[in-house]
Amino acid sequence: MSVKFEKVTYIYDNGTSNSFRALKEISLSIKTGEFFAIIGHSGSGKSTLIQLINGLLKPTMGKVFVNGLDTSAKDLKALRKTVGMVFQYPEHQLFDETVYDDIAFGVRKMGLHEVDVKERVYATIKLLGIPESLLTHSPFEISGGQKRRVAMAGVIVMNPDILVLDEPAAGLDPSGKKEMFKLIQKLNKQMGLTIVMVSHNMEDVALVADRIAVLVEGEIILSGAPAEVYSDQERLRKIHLDVPEITSFMNLVMERTGQPNHTFLSVAEAKQAIVDRLKPPASESESGGEMP
Amino acid sequence: MMKINIGQYVVGDSVMHKSDPRTKIILTFVFLAVVLLIDSFIGFGICLAFVAFTVINSGISIRSALRGMKPIFFLLLITVTLNLFTIPGKSLISFWVFNITDQGVIVSLKTALRLLLLVSGASILTFVTTPTVLTDGIETLMSPLKRIKVPVHEFAMMMTIALRFIPTLLEESDKIIKAQSARGADFDTGNLFKRVKAYVPIIIPLLFGSFMRANELATAMEARCYKGGEGRTRMKVLAFSKNDVIVVFAFLILVAVEIVLRVYGKALI
Repeated sequence: MSVKFEKVTYIYDNGTSNSFRALKEISLSIKTGEFFAIIGHSGSGKSTLIQLINGLLKPTMGKVFVNGLDTSAKDLKALRKTVGMVFQYPEHQLFDETVYDDIAFGVRKMGLHEVDVKERVYATIKLLGIPESLLTHSPFEISGGQKRRVAMAGVIVMNPDILVLDEPAAGLDPSGKKEMFKLIQKLNKQMGLTIVMVSHNMEDVALVADRIAVLVEGEIILSGAPAEVYSDQERLRKIHLDVPEITSFMNLVMERTGQPNHTFLSVAEAKQAIVDRLKPPASESESGGEMP
Repeated sequence: MMKINIGQYVVGDSVMHKSDPRTKIILTFVFLAVVLLIDSFIGFGICLAFVAFTVINSGISIRSALRGMKPIFFLLLITVTLNLFTIPGKSLISFWVFNITDQGVIVSLKTALRLLLLVSGASILTFVTTPTVLTDGIETLMSPLKRIKVPVHEFAMMMTIALRFIPTLLEESDKIIKAQSARGADFDTGNLFKRVKAYVPIIIPLLFGSFMRANELATAMEARCYKGGEGRTRMKVLAFSKNDVIVVFAFLILVAVEIVLRVYGKALI
């Protein structure tokens, strides 16, 4: 078990007149190597939850454990090494003279020898698809998409076991978004990183996440595999979270045609099902039948 | 998510809240003059009662009013101590090199009261007026200076924008500090030089962001045809009301009482 929340409550400005209860007795556990997504509207406590994972915030009540380490401990060095944190719009944290120095910032802080630093930086940019020619540029003169990758590289270079991402695709165009999710999946599948991703968009996480938790006003109201979570459409609609378009479309189709219930998450899967259905029972035709 | 209070404005609906910022600014200056004029304990007492009444009437909690006094605590302590031990007069207590006199006690008490009143008077203004309205008031009061080519409107606009972006900057610095500490930045250890250097990864993104934002804001303002103060009208025109009459009247009574006390009240210490 890599991340474990035990009845965690977090209260901002505790004890003052404008105290605010952001999380209410959250209990959850994230397995090693899992791709875990947290979904919720702004103000639902998503950002608070992920900041608890690497000790930037300490729980008001309850405990958070990461690989067995208690995050309320004084010394957070080990924890910070374990958990990599990519904030929303991470490119806003770029500061150094060159892309290379910026990526190297964290590893240098870890006290690594410059030779090892170089090795790590090159390995990371290769992994993230950042061209080597970019390393000598100033991080302020490269494009927006590249900035985000460089900022992410600055976190991944520290070799974390768990990578926490807050809306990693925010503000990216559709193709950039696709690439970003592909990249995160690659980190998850190939590098074996445990991923904790925060999003407000159901569609984005439907295909990539192993497990989803839906957060509403500081409480987890639904959790499970995407198909499980999306099958409870009624409940999701009540809290104004949309299921992916293809899921609701297929639900409608199934309702009309009297098909058994199934939760479709991808267009490809839905297409296959439709094609199968439209195939004439006698399989001599190659065209797939007439479209209705 | 983070809640930040700028200035110390307290939301309210009192006479003081509703009166015109110009009235409040001028009266604050009048009040400061009055405080400097007082020299008897009775005078201080009346003034203190007046301040207390205003504070309570405006719905400011005593706790937040006292919190506003925190910054001058040390100043107060130093002035009182200095006065207490250095002013000559009839000796009351004396030990070693220290000699406390009756005059020393009286003068230090009065100085303390005066300082307290000065600061509380000025802070009441910020308690009952939002920074934006305050800037508006200052701009209108200063507008005669436009005659001699002082860019009053531009200064006021700069002030408004600066005030507007303080919360944004705070929020952003909070975010960047978190992001850099997650990358292993350490702000609390090492010598002074090291610590100052540790803030470079915070300050540079913050500066960069500010310039970007300033640029965008300027473009947005120009796109909406902003071209300085000339010929510009206001959505909320400042206007005097019944509340101003009440406030001015209350102040006039205070001023009158204090002047009478000052002139005829020498015997009252």
